Amino acid sequence: MLYREAGQYKTNYAADVSVFPLREDRVGLAVILFLAFCVVPFISNGFMLQAVLIPFLVFSLAAIALNILTGYTGLISLGTGAFMGVGAYACYKLTTFFPQVNIIIWVIASGFFSAAVGALFGLPSLRIKGFYLAVATLAAQFFLSWCFIRVPWLYNNNVSGAIEVPTRTLFGIPITGATATPFTRYLVVLTIVVVMTWIASNLVHGRIGRMWMAVRDMDLAAELIGIRLLPTKLLAFAVSSFYCGVAGALLVFFWYGGAEAAVFDVNQSFFILFMVIVGGLGSLTGSFFGAALIFILPIALRVLAPAVGLPLHPSTVEQLQFMIVGALIIFFLIVEPHGLARLWQIGKQKLRVWPFPY
Amino acid sequence: MKLKHLLLGTALVASTVVAAVPASAQNSIYIPLLTYRTGPFAVSGIPIGSGMADYLNMLNERDGGIGGVRLNVEECETGYDTKKGVECYEQVKSKNPIVINPYSTGITLQIIPKAAVDKIPILSMAYGLSASADGQNFPWIFNPPATYWDGASMFVKYVGEKEGGLDKLKGKKLGLVYLDAPYGKEPIPLLEALAKDYGFELKLYPVPAAEAQNQSSLWLNVRRDRPDWIYMQGFGAMNPTAIKEAIKINYPMNKFIGNWWSGGDDDARPAGPQAKGYLSFTFNQTGTNFPIIQEIIKHVVDKGKSQVQKDKVGETFYNRGVLNSIIIAEAIRNAQKISGKKEINGEDLRRGLETLEITAARLKELGAEGFASPMKVTCQDHNGHNAAFVSEWDGTKWNKVSDWIAPIKEKVNPLIEQASKDYVGANAGWPKRSEPCDKSS
Repeated sequence: MLYREAGQYKTNYAADVSVFPLREDRVGLAVILFLAFCVVPFISNGFMLQAVLIPFLVFSLAAIALNILTGYTGLISLGTGAFMGVGAYACYKLTTFFPQVNIIIWVIASGFFSAAVGALFGLPSLRIKGFYLAVATLAAQFFLSWCFIRVPWLYNNNVSGAIEVPTRTLFGIPITGATATPFTRYLVVLTIVVVMTWIASNLVHGRIGRMWMAVRDMDLAAELIGIRLLPTKLLAFAVSSFYCGVAGALLVFFWYGGAEAAVFDVNQSFFILFMVIVGGLGSLTGSFFGAALIFILPIALRVLAPAVGLPLHPSTVEQLQFMIVGALIIFFLIVEPHGLARLWQIGKQKLRVWPFPY
Repeated sequence: MKLKHLLLGTALVASTVVAAVPASAQNSIYIPLLTYRTGPFAVSGIPIGSGMADYLNMLNERDGGIGGVRLNVEECETGYDTKKGVECYEQVKSKNPIVINPYSTGITLQIIPKAAVDKIPILSMAYGLSASADGQNFPWIFNPPATYWDGASMFVKYVGEKEGGLDKLKGKKLGLVYLDAPYGKEPIPLLEALAKDYGFELKLYPVPAAEAQNQSSLWLNVRRDRPDWIYMQGFGAMNPTAIKEAIKINYPMNKFIGNWWSGGDDDARPAGPQAKGYLSFTFNQTGTNFPIIQEIIKHVVDKGKSQVQKDKVGETFYNRGVLNSIIIAEAIRNAQKISGKKEINGEDLRRGLETLEITAARLKELGAEGFASPMKVTCQDHNGHNAAFVSEWDGTKWNKVSDWIAPIKEKVNPLIEQASKDYVGANAGWPKRSEPCDKSS
C-alpha cells in the first residue's frame, strides 16, 4: 500500500538515524502541521478552538514535560500541577512588574523559574527512587499549593486570591485577555507547542536523551559507563519543570484567562500522569494521544450524546461519561499496557509489512 | 471486519449529528443554566439547579413563556469545576444566550472579562466578585440581592443587636470560620475594617479546601480562643463538618451563624439533632407555603417534568434557585418593555437587569409575598445591598427568627469602590463603560 519503505535508500548516517526515517512519516507530519496551522483555525468555531484545541495543546505540552521526567528518565513525579503553577504565577508576576515586555517572552521566561524550583525539589532524587521519590514530589506539590494560597505577594494581594490575566498584545493584536480571539490564541499556543515539541524531540533523541534513558533502564550501569547521576537527574527535573512551567503559563494566559490556586492542586498532577500512562511512557507522540484521550474524549461524549438525540439529562450524561472514560482507559491498558503510542507503532508496523503478517 | 464496524459507527454518528443540529427551536429565548448536579458539591447544586429550571419551566407550562415567547431552558453540567464551567460557557455562547448563571465563584471570575466582549450579561446571585456590584466598571455583571460584604456586615449588626448595641461589641471576640479559597476569604477585609471601628477582636480560622472534612485541629483553636460569636463562610462538605465539630467542643449553636451558602438543609441535617439552634443568614424564605411554589408543584413537579424529589421542594436552596429565576424572568419582562421586542437578546437583557425593580407589590402579584426582600438595581449599583434575615435550624427545617436586617451600606460601599478600582487597575486595558444608562422603568 502507500505506507512502506520499499525504494527508499539511505545513503548516509544522518538519514539512517533521523527521527522520521520514512518519507511517508515526514509527509504525514507536514500534512498535520499544515492542517493545524492553515486549515483548522479557519474552519473551527470558537468552542472548538477555545474549549477543545487550546486545552488539548496545553495538556499535551504538560504531558511531554512529565514524559521527559517519568517516561525517559524513570523518575516518578506527582508535582506536575505545582510546577505548572510556578510557571503561571511567575509569568503573572513578571508581566505585572514589566508590562511593556512582550508576554511571549515572559511565558518562556517563567519556564526558568519553574525549572529552578523543579531542580530544587529534584535534589532528593539522587538518594531515593520509585515510590519514595513520588512522595518527595508530592511534598513539593503540597508545599507549592500552600504558597499559592498563603503568599499574597504571588497574586498581588488580590482580594479574591486569584490571578487575572491582563490584555497583552503582539504586533498590536491582543493575544491574551478577554479581547483576544480564540483564533490568535490558538495560533500562539500552537506555535509554542510545536517549537517546544521539536526541541524536546531533539533532546530525547540526542546525547542527553540517551543519558536519561540509560539512567532509567539501570542507573548503576549508567554510572559505570561514565554518566554522572546527579547532574543527569537534575537536568531531567529542570527540563521537565521548564516544560511544565511554560504549559502552566499557557494554561492561565491563553486558556483560562485567570486562575485560583485550586487549579494547580494534586488532581491536576494526577490528570497529567494519567495522560502520560495512557498515552505511553517514553513517547512524545504518546503525550499527544494521552492528552486527546483523557481530555477530548469526555468533551466529545458530552457534546455528542445530546447531538445524537438521546433524551438524557446533562447530569446523567456526566455520570455516564465518567463510566465510559474509565472503562475505556482500562480497556486500552489491557489491550496494550504500553499505552496508545505502542498501539500506534504496532499499527504502523503492520501497515509497513501489509499484506503479509510478518 | 473491525474497520468496517468503525466506519459504520462513524457514519452513523456523523449522520445523526447532521440531522440533529438544525432542530433548535425558532421564536424562543435561550436561557442556559450552568448547574452542578455531580461532583463534591452536588448536595447544594441539585436543589439550586432544580429550583432554577422548575420556575422557568413553570412559566412555559402555565403562561407559554414570557410575553408570548417560549423559554428554551437548557442545563450544562459543570460539576462545580472551573474547567468544565468555562467549557460550558464556550459551548452555550454560540446559541445566543441572554444571560449566564455561572454558579461558582471560580467560573464567575473566569468569565467576567468575557462578558463585555461577548455581550452576554452575567447574573451571579449573591456570589462571585463583590466588586462587580459597581455598575460603572462592570456594566455586564449583576450580583443582587447582596454581596458577601453585606452579609458580613449583617452578621456584625445582628451580633450588636443581641449584645445590646453596636457599642457593646468593644472587647468581644468574633471568629470567622472560612473556606481557604477566594470565596471564603472575601469577608475578611470588611470584618477587619469593622473590627477597627467597633473595637472587637477578629479571629480567623481558615479551613483548607482539601481538609474540609477534617477540622478537628482547627476547632481546638476555637476552643482555646472561645470567640463570643462565630460567622461561617463555608461551602459543601465543610459546613456539616464544622457544625459537628462545634457540637463536639460544646460551642453554643445560637452563637454560630453561617452565611447564605452555609445554610442549606443538607448543611445542618447531617450534623444530627444537636445541630438544633444553628443559625444562618438567608435572603429567601423556605417552605412551600407560597402560591408561587404551589404553582411550580402543580404545573411542573406533579406532572413529572422536574428533576427534583418532591420532598426537596421548598428547601432553602431550592427556593433560592426559584428566586434566581424570578430575577431572570422579571428582567426579561422589563427588557421586553424597554426594547419593545419580544425576542430579546443579551444586550436587551442587560438593560432589563440594569433597570430592574421588584417591588413588594410585584412580589405579591407573583405569589411570592415576603419570599424575598424587594430589590432595585440601578446603573451605578448592580447589587442593591438588600436585606436578609437569620433563620434557625430546628432539627428538621429552617425557621425565620429575625426581622429583615439591612447591611451597613456606608461601610460596604467604600470597599466596593476600592476593590473595583483595584480590579480595573490590575487589568490594564479594562474597557471604559460605553453603554448608556436607561431611565428606570
